[in-house]
Amino acid sequence: MDYFLELFLGGLTRGSIYALIALGYTMVYGIIQLINFAHGEIYMIGAFTALIAASVLTFAGLNQLAIIVIAALAAIIYSAAYGYTIEKIAYKPLRNAPRLSVLISAIGMSLFLQNYVLLAQTSNFLPFPELIPEFEFLKPYSHIIRPSELFICITTAVIMLLLTFLIKFTKIGKAMRAAAQDKTMAMLLGIDVNLVISVTFIVGSATAAIGGVLIASHIGQINFYMGFIAGIKAFVAAVLGGIGSIPGAVLGSLILGWTESFFTGYISSDYEDAFAFLFLVLILIFRPSGILGKKEY
Amino acid sequence: MTTDISASKIDGIKKSVYTALWFMFLTFPIMVIKVNTIDNIIIWRWENMFFIGAGSFILSFIWRYMISKNEMKSEDSTGILQTFSEKITSEKKIYIPIIIAAAVFVIAFPFIFSMYNTNIMITALIYVMLGLGLNIVVGISGHLFLGYAAFYAAGAYTYALLNHHFDISFWFALPIGAAIGAVIGILLGFPVLRLKGDYLAIVTLGFGEIVRLILENWNDFSFGPSGIANIPRPPLFNLKLSLSEAIVYLYFIMVVLCIFTVFIIRRLEDSRIGRALVALREDETACQAMGIDKTKIKLTAFALGTTWAGMGGVLFAAKTTFVNPSSFTIWESIMVLCIVVLGGMGSIVGVIIGAMILILLPEYLRAFSEYRMIIFGIVLVLMMIFRPGGIVTSVRKNYKFELESK
Amino acid sequence: MKPSKEKILEVKKLTMDFGGLRAIDSFDLDICDKEIVALIGPNGAGKTTFFNCITGIYKPASGDIVINKNGKKERINGVRPNLITEKGFARTFQNIRLFGNMTVLENVMIGRHCRSKSSVAGAILRNKASIQEEKDIVNFSYNILKKIGLQNSVNELANNLPYGDQRRLEIARALATEPFLLLLDEPAAGMNPNETAELADLIKRIRDEEGISILLIEHDMKLVMKLSELIFVVDYGKKIAQGTPEEIKVNPNVIKAYLGEETNA
Repeated sequence: MDYFLELFLGGLTRGSIYALIALGYTMVYGIIQLINFAHGEIYMIGAFTALIAASVLTFAGLNQLAIIVIAALAAIIYSAAYGYTIEKIAYKPLRNAPRLSVLISAIGMSLFLQNYVLLAQTSNFLPFPELIPEFEFLKPYSHIIRPSELFICITTAVIMLLLTFLIKFTKIGKAMRAAAQDKTMAMLLGIDVNLVISVTFIVGSATAAIGGVLIASHIGQINFYMGFIAGIKAFVAAVLGGIGSIPGAVLGSLILGWTESFFTGYISSDYEDAFAFLFLVLILIFRPSGILGKKEY
Repeated sequence: MTTDISASKIDGIKKSVYTALWFMFLTFPIMVIKVNTIDNIIIWRWENMFFIGAGSFILSFIWRYMISKNEMKSEDSTGILQTFSEKITSEKKIYIPIIIAAAVFVIAFPFIFSMYNTNIMITALIYVMLGLGLNIVVGISGHLFLGYAAFYAAGAYTYALLNHHFDISFWFALPIGAAIGAVIGILLGFPVLRLKGDYLAIVTLGFGEIVRLILENWNDFSFGPSGIANIPRPPLFNLKLSLSEAIVYLYFIMVVLCIFTVFIIRRLEDSRIGRALVALREDETACQAMGIDKTKIKLTAFALGTTWAGMGGVLFAAKTTFVNPSSFTIWESIMVLCIVVLGGMGSIVGVIIGAMILILLPEYLRAFSEYRMIIFGIVLVLMMIFRPGGIVTSVRKNYKFELESK
Repeated sequence: MKPSKEKILEVKKLTMDFGGLRAIDSFDLDICDKEIVALIGPNGAGKTTFFNCITGIYKPASGDIVINKNGKKERINGVRPNLITEKGFARTFQNIRLFGNMTVLENVMIGRHCRSKSSVAGAILRNKASIQEEKDIVNFSYNILKKIGLQNSVNELANNLPYGDQRRLEIARALATEPFLLLLDEPAAGMNPNETAELADLIKRIRDEEGISILLIEHDMKLVMKLSELIFVVDYGKKIAQGTPEEIKVNPNVIKAYLGEETNA
């Protein structure tokens, strides 16, 4: 039973991280119908920025709490800035180009960012400091759940609530939904669609950065390649849930997280990464609109 | 008038200063600070910040100029090599000597240059074949395939395994590898028939990764990460070839096969099937409304494309005499895609030029090879924005009807 | 020339739903041999949906679509679009859907696809049969272009043609499939009066010279009244009237639903 719980919570943690990344995919796809291939790289850059900030601050001798807050903020700000810039450089000039062109541009951007970090930093795995403190009350359950796991799940839940609020009730959120429905119409109604797209990239990138920092701290190491597989899995999660739908992204992420966790826990870890793809093929064959998606593909 | 120009100039400088500042900010943590977590030291590389600032200041001028030029001109502008290549192909007086010169060069190549160079040329030719194959799927019929390496792997393992277990020779393995490539292409085709664009890209990417994972983990079948060694090079009758002779021989096999590939693809392009493939790229609905069986033509496109990957795989195995899963990662697929995109989607000459540039340049500019992937990334983005047609844009066939129209 | 009264297409009680929305509601329509029939109605009345149903792009919820060729009847509900084209329907699209990066001639040659059969092997080997077939395709297509009047731009990319020519090229491409029924979805949309008049001639010629029946969706009432022998009026997915142009002009339902503001046109 304990083992089951451990896997269950492990899956929940994984799913939460996927969800944080998947949100960015779903939001961007909702508005410009593009798979932002570089999204996984944003998540990686978030983790790297946090690591660098934390190291510098540790060097400067700040206390633990200040380090956590500043490193996380740096990650969020920088990821958002990267997301914004990528959109301006690689996607905006292609707003009216065929889908194939935009997609290839996105792949190029992803390739560029990975190698940019590889060349400027390192190709090795870097140890990531444990930013999340031990919680005293969790000690008796340490074989089942780690403090970082709890922290990840709670943070994810809070972010989802904030995001739902942003999209449902704020002005920019309404503009985002309008642009997702019909860009031309939104533009005619006086919505600055370019601004909406930028905001979408910024918000999506910021949540991905949070995911990056959390997972890095949880696993304890990062490298330039971490965004690729995580990004693809998160994308699969978004499609599974129904791309364009935010609750769908969360649901899809949790399903994928649990499947991976239970499968590796009970059966074998060899094909852990193959699941996402298998899922993807199956969904696209049987229910291309995803579990919660309404839009006909 | 003068005030106008100077105002726009100042405006431009202002914009570029902002851009430079923005990029200095953006690249600050990654470019300037380097953390060595093992020795716990932080290296500050302020000089990088200066380079970024200066670089982005200058580049932003070029960028804006290019973007504004891009917006002004219509899409059908002819390529750098376009008018040139058109001239070459249209005038016999010019192109016959060029073909003869090229043929002489190709034949003399392994005798002039070292074994090392010949080997690199073989690799480049394999990529020419892969590029031409992928070009059928991506360039001609418009389906973005990111799992091309899987078919390449299928071909390589076909030869490796058949040889290992049954001692099957290269010449038998070559068509079998090609056939297996085609069959897997069709098998993959069925589930993804309904997909286009991004979804297809991701599914094929996933397929490529699944194949690689299987090769890595299914030890009984594929010998896992350690791979299969001692694959024989192509035999020439029963002669015992020295290493350098074997390489020269393989080089010529490669040349002949590439010519064969070009020949087949040219004929296909200019046929009922080839036209249907292009129509499929242009508009699927109209394509069906014109009586083309979408399913059939899509599967044909996949099979025609993946055949060459299978064949290329056999050649790769014969060249390296060793295969393991790490040769067939997603980057291999992206590399072939780069070749097609850079060279010119849909254009045979373009793909050949693309493969030569992307394979030979990094080989010969060693200093540059570290930056190879990052440059590929930049190339993909810039090509899509400024020259979506590639170096050599494909041209449609011209038909002449002077006699009848009179 | 009087159209013979043999029915070539019978649509009975055709119904099509999108989600909860009934786009076409038990619609009946017959077309006789060598007849020009128009389908008119306000925007969003379901005309293009009707086209998409009978050309196989949508599968209708219920009803029958029956074609009658050489005395043989065949129900074609839910048959794939390419097979319907093979059976002898050909269509154009409301928002032109040419193969933009192919030449004018190639666009028409695509129309020959379903009437030819050389395979991959034929393409590679170039045996006598496939060479001959290719020649036939080229000549057939060129002849159609000559009839349509596009013979001077055979090698131009379809994208680069002027708008009116693109519309005509769509018709040429449809004719290349050798249909017995040609479905035109707003062929005159965006044309100036001169071009429209030429188009009217062309449509008449296609019917008279090739003996092809024509079903036409059109908003240009002058064109519709001038060309068609029979008009069906559709509103909210339902047929509200049917008759000759003279009958339709005075039909109160039609005037109410649709022509109301245009009666003086």
